[in-house]
Amino acid sequence: MSAISLAIPGGIGAVLAALMFALLKGDRRSTVDTAVHAALAMVAALFIGFLAARAIDNPGSFVEILVGGLLSGVLYSLVALGFVLIFKASGVFNYAQGAMVLVAGLALVRSLDFLTGHGIATIVAVPLAIIFSGAVMALCAFVIEKWVLRPLLNQDGLTLFMATIGATFALEGVAQLIFGSDVYPLKLFPIDPMIVFESVFPGGILINKLDVWGAVIAGVLVVTLALFFQYTKTGRALRAVADDHAAAQSVGIPISWIWFIVWLVAGLVALVAATVWGTKLGVQFSITFLALKALPVLIIGGFTSVPGAIVGGLIVGAGEKLAELYLGELIGGGIEYWFAYVLALAVLLVRPQGLFGEKIIERI
Amino acid sequence: MSVEADVPVAAIGAIASLGDAMAAADNDARVQAEQRRIGDVLLSVDNVSLSFGGVRAIADVSFDIRKGEIRAIIGPNGAGKTSMLNVINGFYFPQQGVITFKGEKRREMRPYFAATSGISRTFQNVALFKGMTTLDNMMAGRTLKMRRGLFWQALRLGPAEKEEIEHRAVVEKLIDFLEIEHIRKVPVGKLPYGLQKRVELGRALAMEPELLLLDEPMAGMNLEEKEDMSRFILTINQSLGTTIALIEHDMGVVMDLSDRVVVLEYGRKIADGTPDEVKRDPKVIDAYLGVSH
Repeated sequence: MSAISLAIPGGIGAVLAALMFALLKGDRRSTVDTAVHAALAMVAALFIGFLAARAIDNPGSFVEILVGGLLSGVLYSLVALGFVLIFKASGVFNYAQGAMVLVAGLALVRSLDFLTGHGIATIVAVPLAIIFSGAVMALCAFVIEKWVLRPLLNQDGLTLFMATIGATFALEGVAQLIFGSDVYPLKLFPIDPMIVFESVFPGGILINKLDVWGAVIAGVLVVTLALFFQYTKTGRALRAVADDHAAAQSVGIPISWIWFIVWLVAGLVALVAATVWGTKLGVQFSITFLALKALPVLIIGGFTSVPGAIVGGLIVGAGEKLAELYLGELIGGGIEYWFAYVLALAVLLVRPQGLFGEKIIERI
Repeated sequence: MSVEADVPVAAIGAIASLGDAMAAADNDARVQAEQRRIGDVLLSVDNVSLSFGGVRAIADVSFDIRKGEIRAIIGPNGAGKTSMLNVINGFYFPQQGVITFKGEKRREMRPYFAATSGISRTFQNVALFKGMTTLDNMMAGRTLKMRRGLFWQALRLGPAEKEEIEHRAVVEKLIDFLEIEHIRKVPVGKLPYGLQKRVELGRALAMEPELLLLDEPMAGMNLEEKEDMSRFILTINQSLGTTIALIEHDMGVVMDLSDRVVVLEYGRKIADGTPDEVKRDPKVIDAYLGVSH
């Protein structure tokens, strides 16, 4: 490493550490808090400075890893988005979101196989299969609202969380009973890699077409949801229910209907996630464990924030790839698997509500 | 279709007159009050009892609210006043008794039912949608008046957009009336308590209710804020003809505003009548000042 590739990142790191420390300033910070915050800011700055050094050494491969990481982070965001929607509207942490991705994926891939197996052209079969799996998600939303949520109206959040664990097992079991439990390949998007920016970096940057598709779809989805929430009567009612059940009831907002809509939207988001993840990994049982990867994303971004889910997903995606490649050679591999959780832990220490979450202030 | 379109326009008319009425109310509130016509029974509560486990919150209480009047419900803490509002509004289901609203008898109300049939309310501990702006909170109050389906809203085309604009006009009139123009776009969670109470009243009014239930609208307010709130309540009652049921602890306010007062103590009704009658009732004096034994 040349002198400049150490000095510049070192400077950036120091500035960032100071900046983060200043930003994380709490109202009443104890000595222990100060020490923890300072230590975390130092670690983060070191990491960023280290990355910057590597980026200067070999910009091409750095950008390639960064872009690949960000694009795969979009897929985490897609799963996290479903959690945020339900948490915002009903205060329920929906453990069943991963199972819903599995249900949507199975319904899609099996109906697609069925239709193409009967000689229907792919161009017709795909929309039909998507409509069918959308209907399956609507049915799920209806059943969950009627038999899980409605009997538990006005119960504690923890009670509802436990109920969604039950719903997870029911959904997984029933879906595999009906649609089968093998690994089903799904071919909706092109999965071949492509090389871009050949003029800028020597050798260009290798990215996966599927990841680009995923990013485009996620972008469209997020914009649509944001507009829907902000500018329609139903969107307003959804936000109202999220804020205060009793007040929403008093102005005549039908809670059951709103819950159905929310679970339906979350189901459709799960369907979108299933199309992308299913193409990547094949539709299989292990897809439900995506829910576990969404958890650190939510902690980092904040449970109540749609932009938080997106940014959290991007941070986790890029962070784990960069850490795996650059730190992996120093401290041994396998970082990708735990990086997100350690990052989430650090965020919990300094900003429990997440980067974009609403700060919880309780009047005592 | 045309009928639907007419509703908001009529509402704009009624709510627009609030501003003029406001000026008049300052001058000759007393004269107007005497001219006001109090009509037939709008809501009656008959032999209602409500208990939570072994605790009797309301015991065999009957009273009625006439169309166009301001009816106060008073009593010491824990007398069952808020429980009574919750029964009327459908949050609690009484074990016994009948509620008759606009001639329809019901054993229990449902909140959605109450809202559709014309009952709106405010809460003792302000229950606003804290993350939403003043405007959005009040627009949420018009949910039941808006009829375009999800499909049209999603596309935000023609009819849905026209509807949104019409309802926005109604809400803007209310915002002017309540003098909260400056906080239109502020998330209500950030507002001081007195203004939150005012926004909550605005949201209840946006529903254009026939019966407005106010649970301690002046709790925690200073004198000036109380005077403003009293003025709003009187104007709403006089120029919109809205029937109001009011829980309040400030006796001065209660005696000035209300036409009739019902007094509860330990879940039982101990007095019912005009403010003067109630004030002189020995049982009421005992309940408030304590009895020497």
